[in-house]
Amino acid sequence: MARSVTTRGKAINTVLAWAVGLLIFFPILWTILTSFKTEGQAIASPPIFLNFDWTLENYAVVQERSDYLKYLTNSIVISVGSTFLGLLVAIPAAWSMAFVPSKRTKDILMWMLSTKMLPAVGVLYPIYLLFIKLGLLDSRAGLVVVLMLINLPIIVWMLYTYFKEIPGEILEACRMDGASLKEEIIHILTPMAVPGIASTLLLNIILAWNEAFWTLNLTAAKAAPLTAFIASYSSPEGLFYAKLSAASTMAIAPILIMGWFSQKQLVRGLTFGAVK
Amino acid sequence: MGRITLDKVTKRFGDVEVIPPLDLTIDDGEFVVFVGPSGCGKSTLLRLIAGLEDVSGGQIRIDGKDATALAPAQRGLAMVFQSYALYPHMTVRKNIAFPLKMAKLDQAEIDKRVNAAANVLNLTNYLERRPGQLSGGQRQRVAIGRAIVREPSAFLFDEPLSNLDAALRVGMRLEISELHERLKTTMIYVTHDQVEAMTMADKIVVLQAGVIEQVGSPLDLYRAPRNKFVAGFIGSPKMNFIEGAEAAKYNAHTIGIRPEHIAASATEGTWKGTVVVSEHLGSDTFLHVHGTGLADTMTVRVGGEFDLHHGDTVYLTPELDKLHRFDAKGLRIE
Repeated sequence: MARSVTTRGKAINTVLAWAVGLLIFFPILWTILTSFKTEGQAIASPPIFLNFDWTLENYAVVQERSDYLKYLTNSIVISVGSTFLGLLVAIPAAWSMAFVPSKRTKDILMWMLSTKMLPAVGVLYPIYLLFIKLGLLDSRAGLVVVLMLINLPIIVWMLYTYFKEIPGEILEACRMDGASLKEEIIHILTPMAVPGIASTLLLNIILAWNEAFWTLNLTAAKAAPLTAFIASYSSPEGLFYAKLSAASTMAIAPILIMGWFSQKQLVRGLTFGAVK
Repeated sequence: MGRITLDKVTKRFGDVEVIPPLDLTIDDGEFVVFVGPSGCGKSTLLRLIAGLEDVSGGQIRIDGKDATALAPAQRGLAMVFQSYALYPHMTVRKNIAFPLKMAKLDQAEIDKRVNAAANVLNLTNYLERRPGQLSGGQRQRVAIGRAIVREPSAFLFDEPLSNLDAALRVGMRLEISELHERLKTTMIYVTHDQVEAMTMADKIVVLQAGVIEQVGSPLDLYRAPRNKFVAGFIGSPKMNFIEGAEAAKYNAHTIGIRPEHIAASATEGTWKGTVVVSEHLGSDTFLHVHGTGLADTMTVRVGGEFDLHHGDTVYLTPELDKLHRFDAKGLRIE
């Protein structure tokens, strides 16, 4: 149904949208601004918005005190590794759920989702003990596995939704055309699902990158990713706001840039299936 | 070659038997149409022949060989789907070439066959486009092209025209008929549209609830329907059915008379009624007549210039040699 959109209505919508957008973005903007202030200016009252002496000192100090590259590498290995491992498990799972569903497929999907409602801390103790027994504490491999398992329900759900959108008749047509299961997956299913797989990949890298509960609890120094890097600058005493902000900015910058360049793909991924 | 034999073919989904044991022979080069109301099992039957569904019992033979357990691609059949089922990420050329690529033909042969098919189907100028950039009729032609290049022993069509608009449907109907004339390959065509069945088929198979009601040429079915269901399903507008005393006069439980076999007059005739609606199509006029005391509504086809309107009295006279008689079970009485 068409609705008449007045110029005034449009203007109000635009202003509202910008206001909400700025409200959401403001903490990040403030963190970035603070990272360029001196510690004194960072806690000044009333707060200084733009009119301060811009400095890169905090970044220099942060880089000097801790090895940013090590944390960055850990973050990349853990987030990308857990996502790829997740896809490896989830693609066949989602394929079978979408194309050869059983009576219990819906139940399994709901059950998988329900695990996301369990408070993580509830299983911290058993997992921690397991990690000690298996010698996985403070190892990248351990985190890759844990984050893969944590995000697996989301990966399977997203891929399942994507695969469901591929019409069954197309797969039947390619079977009639003589394609084997392998050829069907290579020539038809995968090319048609690439946008979906890409969105899933991006979203899960972001989720794994930002994951703090498990990464903070299961690492110490060796495998610590950028979340631990930020946490190391939060201190109950002393003036650390500007340095903490610099560390935060350095931690979120890579994922922010990646998100910016892939936003179209991400939005499509998150809203897929909502509108036909 | 493309002789397909179904021997006691059965299909069950769980406890529901959608197709009770069914026998049917389709001869080489025949154009066979499966027709019936939705849910009658005609598409399921086609999918059983294609191998996209497994039979629950019985045997399917293609050119004498048992194909019951063969995978779809091994049966040498090609199928055109209702939704066209084109590969959206491939160009028209790649779509048509796909089955040949799967058959591991060399590129020169693939190109030759694709170009020939494109030529036949007027697709030469669209070969580098993707399905999304084509109209419905063009997409349907690509789907047919993909089927032709395989040189199958039989074509299977699953309601291929139902997504097209009326004008295009008539055009494509002709194209498919012409294609059959040219290729002389067996074609099995599923539709719920009896007009498509009448116009295209060498042989019509009328199905209801998974059971074959009658098999025959379009005119056989029109002239001598085996039962009331076939009589009502074949022919447009529908046959008029009359029960009771009037039928008893002809020693039948029910008599049937087609709208085109009734003469209408403003002055005299066998049955008297009142015109409720008069539909002018130009070439024909359809009168819907109430108050005859025979049936709720009688439909009559008269000439285009026939001038009776709502509320007018009309007299109807059936052509007695075109009257169909049915017993209490609805079966034809000869």
